[in-house]
Amino acid sequence: MSSRALADDLAAIVGPRHVRVAPAERATYAMDGLPTHRRLPDVVVLPGTREEVIAVIRLLATLGIPFVPRGAGTGLSGGALAEDGAVLIVLTRLNRILKIDPANRSALVEPGVVNARLSAATRPHGLHYAPDPSSQSACTIGGNVAENAGGPHCLKYGVTANHILALEVVLATGETVVLGSPGGEPWGPDLVGLFVGSEGNFGVATRISVRLTALPRAVRTLLADFMALRAAGEGVSAIIAAGIVPAALEMMDQSCIQAVEDSVYAAGYPRDAAAVLLVELDGRDDGAVQAEADAVAGLLKQSGARSIRTAADEKERERLWQGRKKAFGAMGRLSRDLVVQDAVVPRSALPDVLETIAGIAAKHGLVVSNVFHAGDGNLHPNISFDATDEGMRARVEEASAAIMAACIAAGGTITGEHGVGLDKLRYMPLIFDAESLGAMHAVRRVFDPDQRVNPGKVVPLHACREWAGVA
Amino acid sequence: MTIVEKVRALLGDGALLESGTDRVPRIAPGSPDAVALLLGTAHQEGWRVRVEGAGTWLPSDAPADLALTTRRLDRVPAVEPQDLTATAEAGIGLDQLRQQLADRGAWLAIDPPGLAGRTLGSVVATATAGSLRQGFGPVKDHLLGVTFVTGDGRMVQSGGRVMKNVAGYDLTRLQAGGFGAFGVIVLVHLRLRALPRADVTHLLEGSRDELTQVAEDIAASGLTPAALELVSPALARRDRWVLAVRLVGSPTLVAADEAGLGGRFTSLRAEESHAFWMRLAEGFAVRPVTFRIGGVPAASDELLDLLQHQVGDEWISAAPAAGAIRWSGDTTVDRLQRLRRTLAALEVPLTLERAPWPVRTAVGHFGAYREGAGPLVAGLRRTFDPGGALVVATDGE
Repeated sequence: MSSRALADDLAAIVGPRHVRVAPAERATYAMDGLPTHRRLPDVVVLPGTREEVIAVIRLLATLGIPFVPRGAGTGLSGGALAEDGAVLIVLTRLNRILKIDPANRSALVEPGVVNARLSAATRPHGLHYAPDPSSQSACTIGGNVAENAGGPHCLKYGVTANHILALEVVLATGETVVLGSPGGEPWGPDLVGLFVGSEGNFGVATRISVRLTALPRAVRTLLADFMALRAAGEGVSAIIAAGIVPAALEMMDQSCIQAVEDSVYAAGYPRDAAAVLLVELDGRDDGAVQAEADAVAGLLKQSGARSIRTAADEKERERLWQGRKKAFGAMGRLSRDLVVQDAVVPRSALPDVLETIAGIAAKHGLVVSNVFHAGDGNLHPNISFDATDEGMRARVEEASAAIMAACIAAGGTITGEHGVGLDKLRYMPLIFDAESLGAMHAVRRVFDPDQRVNPGKVVPLHACREWAGVA
Repeated sequence: MTIVEKVRALLGDGALLESGTDRVPRIAPGSPDAVALLLGTAHQEGWRVRVEGAGTWLPSDAPADLALTTRRLDRVPAVEPQDLTATAEAGIGLDQLRQQLADRGAWLAIDPPGLAGRTLGSVVATATAGSLRQGFGPVKDHLLGVTFVTGDGRMVQSGGRVMKNVAGYDLTRLQAGGFGAFGVIVLVHLRLRALPRADVTHLLEGSRDELTQVAEDIAASGLTPAALELVSPALARRDRWVLAVRLVGSPTLVAADEAGLGGRFTSLRAEESHAFWMRLAEGFAVRPVTFRIGGVPAASDELLDLLQHQVGDEWISAAPAAGAIRWSGDTTVDRLQRLRRTLAALEVPLTLERAPWPVRTAVGHFGAYREGAGPLVAGLRRTFDPGGALVVATDGE
């Protein structure tokens, strides 16, 4: 079937305005937040209701055409790119908050609802949606579910998987299934937990029931600066080992600090510091939170903090956080392109791994800036580069591979919150054997026997052992 | 060759334990690889295998050609107090594991129903969280990864050993609460907490209605108790219903929360507190049937009424703020099936946690699915146990 004929059939479902076939229109969807992968989709369709999503998927099932679900396209693993004739289904028009239930601290939303909008809508009830990826002003809850997104405050409150109660999912056949229950208890095995983080391979979530969290009554935000990266890493370990669970515990290195301070997001971070830690403590009782903040300040001093500043008011807190949350944007000043990497290591390995990464950057002649969730050991080494420079691109790939290898060697993993997508496929065999990859592939085929949903992502098929029992 | 002779040739004499009263050969592989070898052989030979831990939770009564017990898988290969992670084999008793962790200043915030020696694998496979679910989440929230062996002897790793991980699909979630239908868990990577410096329990006695209201008020006040449990008089061994509040953390935080509770509660001494929670856990391992249901918090009272009406409420423990209720007692297959249907209409799942085999096989651990999910569960079972070697009553009749 030609793209034109397919577009006509899709237009009959969603209306001609919501099907994109012109190259300039499709180019908008050729990349996500990671500049190293580009795939121009043949057809892009934007359904506006769950019924339209079902009708589109049924049509594609009848025709045997693969498809890729996509939210706001802020992903950082090339996971929402369509290739080889796959249709891109963009879900941003399904953006209604269907219900907020303050008594049960839950909400029912469509997948295209923007993360920050949900928290804004629930704030009058004293509630918020806790997972807060840096892209939360743009990214969608559906995308968060697909990627099992994290964020700074996931240290205390948990990642997306900890906040999804139930899902309505459209499978590749167009059949609808309901996973989970309004209270979050599974019907049998935890299929919600299995679906979250499956990167769109198991189907399209059309309705998402989320858990909401009470807004903290007392908050303290501390900024500590260090003259050595290692000392900052040791400060992180000291806080965790003391049994204190901050709401967030973030680290930025000097390169990142300077990029932020040079930008419109300048937060007053000391420019000469080797690293800063942003520590947030929250709770119900002001005195108790202050006592924890004092304890944290003491631990950081012992670890070598040069100075510790506490946000005096909400305005200063927001400013400190803006610098952190917009750090990726600020790093755009350093070079034309930026690869935001993602890996996790045991927390105690942070000081060593950060030194190793600095060595890798020097060896490949690249600028690598670190801004990351130190409390979780979730690193984000950001590599600045110029994508038009072929030689530099090759060095970026080599450095990325070396960073992944270093994190794996330290007992860590290749992604903590960005997903595998296209970008990390090649690293999967480094952490999973053929049997385990085969098991993942077999599970995918339970949900999608023909492998038509988001093909070519997450599991490298060549590295899987055959599973005879697969349907 | 008999099954016993074949197993002896495969795993050696050390793996053969004394059979139970039903004379089913009991095999205790000494390593994850031995589990894989045994299940691979069972798959080829067409043997039906029931899986046991310490044998203190589910009765060892499923009809099978052999019983595989994980009790020799009791090593703790890694405890990392600095990272608050640990790796333990599935057959270790939770009491032993707790002690080893405490020695290193670490704590696993799970307090499942059952006897103290229940195995880690049993707790994970049945996802039986206790009262600490209120403050620290369900069992799955404490898992960083698991290694399991499928019904045809394949060893599969899922997840990892670090705090966050989204590499590949999360098969750990399938194993937590899978009741062993999707494989035998052999190794568990755990997320720990620092051993709390303060851990106190306060009790309030009263009518169920009064205490439910107090629990709602506490939840709405912003207090974050580790446990907020409403316990029936028989289970609490008191004259009236009891609301138990457990506060855990730094002395400062706990003191602040204690002040927030007000003066109505009675504080327990450390040994009284320990005894209270242990009795509660053990109370669910005594009567023949135990199940859990999970609704929305605001429906807790209505669900307790429903249970009282349909199966009685003598042995009940509920976390009203989390919507979780656990019931124990003696009841019939008919009543359980009727209750499950009633609850399903309210979108409340009933999970049969513990019962004699005739009840398990008639009712099923899972039993009811929402639209379209049944075929997925069946597909996953075929994937992870293609020959049907693992004897698990998932669906009932």
